[in-house]
Amino acid sequence: MRNISRASTAFRWLQIKSRKLSEGARVAFLLTPALSLIIILFVGGIVLAIMQSVGYLPMIGKTDFSLDAYRNILLDHRFRMSLGLSLYISFVSTAISTVLAIACGLLIRSVIRGKRSLAFIFQLNLSVPHIVGAVAILLLLSQSGLLSRAAYSLGLISVPSDFPVLTGDYWSLGVIAQYVWKEVPFIGIVVLAVLTGPTKDFEAAARSLGASPWQTFRKVTLPILTPAVLATSIIVFAFTFGYFEVPFILGRRFPEVLPVLAYRAFTNPDLGLRSEALALNVVLVFVVTNLIIAYRFVIHKYIR
Amino acid sequence: MQKNRKTRISINKGLKIFAISVMVIMLLLPFIALLPWAFSKSWYFPDLIPEHFSLRGWRAVLAPRSRLIEGLINSTLIAGVVAFVSTVIGLFTGRALGVHKFRGKRAIELLLLAPVIFPTIAVAMGIQVTFIRLGLANTLPGVMLVHLVPTIPYVSLVMGGVFANYDVQFEDQARVLGSGPFRTLFRITVPMVKSGLIVAGLFAFILSWSEFMLTQLIGGGSVITLPLLLFTFVRSDIQMAATLAIIYLIPAIAVLGLTARYMTEESSAVGGISVV
Repeated sequence: MRNISRASTAFRWLQIKSRKLSEGARVAFLLTPALSLIIILFVGGIVLAIMQSVGYLPMIGKTDFSLDAYRNILLDHRFRMSLGLSLYISFVSTAISTVLAIACGLLIRSVIRGKRSLAFIFQLNLSVPHIVGAVAILLLLSQSGLLSRAAYSLGLISVPSDFPVLTGDYWSLGVIAQYVWKEVPFIGIVVLAVLTGPTKDFEAAARSLGASPWQTFRKVTLPILTPAVLATSIIVFAFTFGYFEVPFILGRRFPEVLPVLAYRAFTNPDLGLRSEALALNVVLVFVVTNLIIAYRFVIHKYIR
Repeated sequence: MQKNRKTRISINKGLKIFAISVMVIMLLLPFIALLPWAFSKSWYFPDLIPEHFSLRGWRAVLAPRSRLIEGLINSTLIAGVVAFVSTVIGLFTGRALGVHKFRGKRAIELLLLAPVIFPTIAVAMGIQVTFIRLGLANTLPGVMLVHLVPTIPYVSLVMGGVFANYDVQFEDQARVLGSGPFRTLFRITVPMVKSGLIVAGLFAFILSWSEFMLTQLIGGGSVITLPLLLFTFVRSDIQMAATLAIIYLIPAIAVLGLTARYMTEESSAVGGISVV
């Protein structure tokens, strides 16, 4: 009798063990397609970018390690101006988008009638490709664009050149306008998703305990929103920092944002500039990596 | 007192309606600026409305010289194949992430999501030379392959979420009742996560459809897609650019309408991430 029970325990143990093993194998099998593609194409792409930036360029007969590309770009004042411009555009676009997204989220939530159609309009440009957005903003904000024409018919200006320069301009307002237009719904959807949770009950509790609307927002709503909104804003910052198409269409000729600078160096017939083009990309990756590290630090220190 | 409160409420209501109108106008204004260009003969400053409507933009875009048909076929083919392959990969990955617990899961999730936050341009420029050496550059399969980099994170995310609410016991029951693994897959698993698969596929389609830099650098000018054409038109002919922009928009808007059918309010946040 005892023997039987011992055997059955052993059998059960074996069964659990084998199931565990097969679960590990199963997970490995399920993850293989995605992981191998990401490791080969994405990680491989970044590693190859780093290798080429430090002089590994067998296609032009150079394989010696050198940091010349980094020295060249760091000494070039164009690089510093581009880095500054890229950081400025991403920071301003992300900050404005985040504030407006929270405002729009609260506004849409407070609507009772027509909420669904309002939410649909709000999401309308989520799937619109960035290039289309850039072309549309160009036709809206340029000196002969729709706003300029509206200003004329209101008697505010008499010739196109009276209209303020909003595309290719000094402050990159056209680029920022496009990013804000596109990213407010992107962050706003996250805001709406968080607000539809139990947030309303907490707010009602705060109000019934005598908190003013502003206090309720400051002490209840905003802290609930912060983790999700911060994560989304980080994605927006990183995305705008590494994006090419919008500043290429709407941005200044000089200085250019880092991705445009990198693209020009990369497509230059002079293959000697390849290392510098790749070094610029490594700078992009470096900044984004630091951004993630800073984000994780903030999350651990202040939020969790 | 009563009257005072009433006026305050109506002022608040007025402010709210004003704020909503401003928001809606801001969201729609760029589209309004785009549309007339596609249907006008010439639209000179300071006309608010084009004087003569015409289909010049459409004729120019549809002329064989514009390579629209080539771009349309390539874009559709690439996005279609990429969407299908990504969805199958998402089915695998989502199941691993949603159903199973395993060591290093967090690290694997982070690795799978990394392409969302790191610049695509670095990947494209880093890998280009290798793709040329392997003969994958300037080919449709090469472009489709690199388009998987931006789509995999999203399909994994969407399907991981779907499988987190998935009950594996239905499969066990099917197996007990004598169904084989393939039959279980196609009769139980796939139908249960069908709407998730559709959403993942549509978003992968849109991501690939919107992709410019990877196509430009890996396609090397031999693989012409709609965004590449749009880029050249912006510099040369704004009427053609506006017309093409509208053609280019149609699938994007259609996808939004379709996903709205398959998405509940909570999961729409997941879908929203797909086009940053």
